Amino acid sequence: MTDPILKFEHFGFQYDAQAEPTLYDINFTVARGEKILIAGPSGCGKSTLAHCINGLIPYSYKGESTGRVTIYDKEIKKMSLFDISRTVGTVLQDSDGQFIGLTVAEDIAFALENDVVTEPDLHQRVLRAAKAVNIQDFLKHAPSELSGGQKQRVALAGVMVEDVDILLFDEPLANLDPATGKQAIDLIDQLHKETGAAVVIIEHRLEDVLYRHVDRVVLMGSGRIISDGSPDELLSSNSLVEYGIREPLYITALKYAGVTITPDMTPWNIDTIKLDDSQKQKVRAWFEGQVSPSREQFGDVLFHANEIQFSYGNKRKALNNITAKIHKGEFLAIAGTNGAGKSTFAKVICGFENPQKGTMTFDGIDLKTLSIKERADHIGYVMQNPNQMISKIMIYDEVALGLRTRGVAEDEIKERVEEALKICGLWPFRNWPVSALSYGQKKRVTIASILVLKPEIMILDEPTAGQDYRHYTEIMDFLTELNSLGITVIVITHDMHLMLEYSRRALVFSDGKIIANADAASILTDQEVIRNANLKETSLYHLANLCGIADGTAFVRRFIHYERECVRP
Amino acid sequence: MINIFNYIDRESPIHRLTGATKLVCLIFLTLAAMTTYDTRLLVALPLVSIALFAISGIKLKDVSFMLAFTMVFMVLNNVLVFLFAPQHGVELYGTKHVLLVLTSRYTITAEQLFYHLNLVLKYLCTIPVVLLFVSTTNPSEFAASLNRIGIKYSIAYSVALALRYIPDIQQEYHEISQAQQARGIEMSKKENIVKRLKSASAILIPLILSSMDRIETISNAMELRGFGKNKKRTWYMGRRFRAADILAMVSSILVFALALYLNFRNGSRFWNPFG
Amino acid sequence: MKKNSVKSIVAIGIGAALFFVLGRFVAIPSPVPNTNISIQYGLLAFMSVVFGPIEGLLIGFIGHALIDFSYGWGVWWSWVIASGVFGILMGLLGMILRIGRKDFGKADIIKFNVAQIISHIICWGIVAPALDIVIYAEPIEKLFAQGLVSAVANIVTTAIVGTMLLAAYLATKPKKGSLKEE
Repeated sequence: MTDPILKFEHFGFQYDAQAEPTLYDINFTVARGEKILIAGPSGCGKSTLAHCINGLIPYSYKGESTGRVTIYDKEIKKMSLFDISRTVGTVLQDSDGQFIGLTVAEDIAFALENDVVTEPDLHQRVLRAAKAVNIQDFLKHAPSELSGGQKQRVALAGVMVEDVDILLFDEPLANLDPATGKQAIDLIDQLHKETGAAVVIIEHRLEDVLYRHVDRVVLMGSGRIISDGSPDELLSSNSLVEYGIREPLYITALKYAGVTITPDMTPWNIDTIKLDDSQKQKVRAWFEGQVSPSREQFGDVLFHANEIQFSYGNKRKALNNITAKIHKGEFLAIAGTNGAGKSTFAKVICGFENPQKGTMTFDGIDLKTLSIKERADHIGYVMQNPNQMISKIMIYDEVALGLRTRGVAEDEIKERVEEALKICGLWPFRNWPVSALSYGQKKRVTIASILVLKPEIMILDEPTAGQDYRHYTEIMDFLTELNSLGITVIVITHDMHLMLEYSRRALVFSDGKIIANADAASILTDQEVIRNANLKETSLYHLANLCGIADGTAFVRRFIHYERECVRP
Repeated sequence: MINIFNYIDRESPIHRLTGATKLVCLIFLTLAAMTTYDTRLLVALPLVSIALFAISGIKLKDVSFMLAFTMVFMVLNNVLVFLFAPQHGVELYGTKHVLLVLTSRYTITAEQLFYHLNLVLKYLCTIPVVLLFVSTTNPSEFAASLNRIGIKYSIAYSVALALRYIPDIQQEYHEISQAQQARGIEMSKKENIVKRLKSASAILIPLILSSMDRIETISNAMELRGFGKNKKRTWYMGRRFRAADILAMVSSILVFALALYLNFRNGSRFWNPFG
Repeated sequence: MKKNSVKSIVAIGIGAALFFVLGRFVAIPSPVPNTNISIQYGLLAFMSVVFGPIEGLLIGFIGHALIDFSYGWGVWWSWVIASGVFGILMGLLGMILRIGRKDFGKADIIKFNVAQIISHIICWGIVAPALDIVIYAEPIEKLFAQGLVSAVANIVTTAIVGTMLLAAYLATKPKKGSLKEE
């Protein structure tokens, strides 16, 4: 390897507002042309580390640091943020926050404009960067006319336009659907090869990043670097599980089957993993030893949508002839890409939008006769970002809000709020202000504030977006618990793991239509549905193929069943 | 709601002028219309504006919505002026030609009618200019124009950011308000005014708090890409001045100068046909 | 210091965008038929106190000018300037009275409201009408009547909306003293 561009030596950092350091004794280097993944659970310090790499620490976030960080042997402390940004280009997680320009071209030009680059250079360099990420046909588009994947490509062009030596990606997969995420990883890989810049990806979705090769994975936990080595070595150890990072599913399945993972199997990717016959035999034996889950029994139909048509303004149909049933007590996932109609469908159910055609009934009542507020007594809606729902300072008041607007007596409110807080595990915090809670706890507050209205159905929009594996499991286990209390749970998501592991049935939207209605295991092994809905085939299916198991779908089903029954009781 | 400012992308000599030119013209023409009460100039200016409209290729129906808004506003304002000061014209022009007596207070005079005529003409001077400006200036070029006419680029960029995030904030407001409605928060006429304002706050609080986070993210993103690095910056959408630009700017300055000259020669802002 | 300047620029941009959206699209029906109540001054008062007088000036000025541009009724400079002046006054009074600089309490609510009442009266009772007299030579009686109505309406909305925003925002700031689980 060549000389390091960036070097951390015994680096530690403590934010001014915090009692404890966030980073301890960090030693690591980034060399020219390397590709590195930094993984770790929320709160492990990986975002702080990213801020140290791009210079936001110490320039924007204040705190005490120890040790040294150097870029080309120059200490970061002695450079300006602008000097650092010439070497390190950052693609932030929030693609709307990063998209500063009014149009694609202006956003790509932003850094050049600040560098006082003049015509005709300015236009030429913008065009070149746009072509590198294949966005050149959208130069005049506004951000609202772009998909999440396109916005990310613009962000990438916007940093590449400066010819940086290190490209830093902060959770690049967080807001993308599975297929777009795959394309993003592909594009990063391609640019890495073409430009020769070093790439640092911060992400907790290990399997998705390992779709393409990376040189090293740096695993972080509680502010320290736990390991720094090849992905093969990491997957052969037990550190991932220990530090709350999800292993690739095929690795987990192999472990269930009793296969020991070693670096020489090149296990980093399902396409490169080498299994000998005895190992394949173990997988087959495990498969045959598992019982097939019994077919799902659904309760009575609670909600029925019949031939719903809806469009915003005079545009194309957002919902095209949607007919669907939702059963009492089921756990349903609604999947599809952005703009496929899944969120619109939820809005129509809640009465936020009125369909131009079609009927909907809830428990036999025509929903047309109910106002938004009245529908909410039966069907609760939880927004993706809890910060967009919370309007009271105190937790108790926030949860009580819906009851107060409905004129319920204070005694009864107290009783119901306390019950909801207990169910949601918020009882110890009942006298706290909302602002003192973590993101996951805030999510629970918003769920409690809907639960208190005792709806029969709860719709949650991307409940686990941006959450690491531990928080994700916490939230989903909690929803499963609610479901077991008899509440029908509908989750809008493009997270495949979520569909697979928690939902009993999934409706897949594409282009305003429902293109699949089945259990997640059959959907995620159906090539055509996968293609049309921007999903991704699960690696479990590949593993089944690899081991000579003919019925891949059954393998996926048994895997999920095993996890539900035996691993997470 | 992408095009809140009603920009209409067409090919015309007016479109070809740079945004900065049009901004300068807008400023001087509205200043001229503001300073003068010389009816001759107030008649001439709308005629010029209408001619410019014809050149720009913007049709009446393109701006009819905005025009209707403005007309209502104009009528309302005139009615208010008359209700509160039916003899304002008499005070201004110093004579009283009674035309019709409604009540002793509401006596209609030629002076008052003439004052109203001037007020209406003032509207007619500025409205077409503003309409023309918004419908022929690409919002993307607006910030570059502000910087071009001497406003600090940081402030010009604030305006660009406002234009950039208006649709996002509008969308977010809409979504928050739907979810809050489901929880029973209403702003309808059924509630009293204090309750309505409290309801509005229940929607605004999440919106403002998330906007505060947004400010943090955007300023990080801007700094990481070198905003504020130099004393100057260039603009992707900025354009060079051509002969037509100079001509347009000089003409608008001359109009303003004419307005000042007329004020000076008339001895007051008012051109008085009664004296 | 550098950091603060970029953050101020963004705060002005986002503040003006919020001012615009509230002023242009958020209609709260008022008791008077066919008129809506403008809640953007509650926001402006809040932003000015949090960010300062210059930011307040520009949020009010840019936000209001954009509203006028979007309606196409000519930019009503007198009122646009008055919005800016309101931002300055709130920003200055926020600094002088140290509103919300320590833990937020009843005293801050009173100070905030005293500040906003003074600022609204100056802006709509003096600044806007005075400019209208100079620019448009409109009758003074009409202008002061208009100004009075605006001042009262804006004082009421700011008292409710602005105070609630400030309280909610300051509550999100980390506070000293420990919270105990019960």
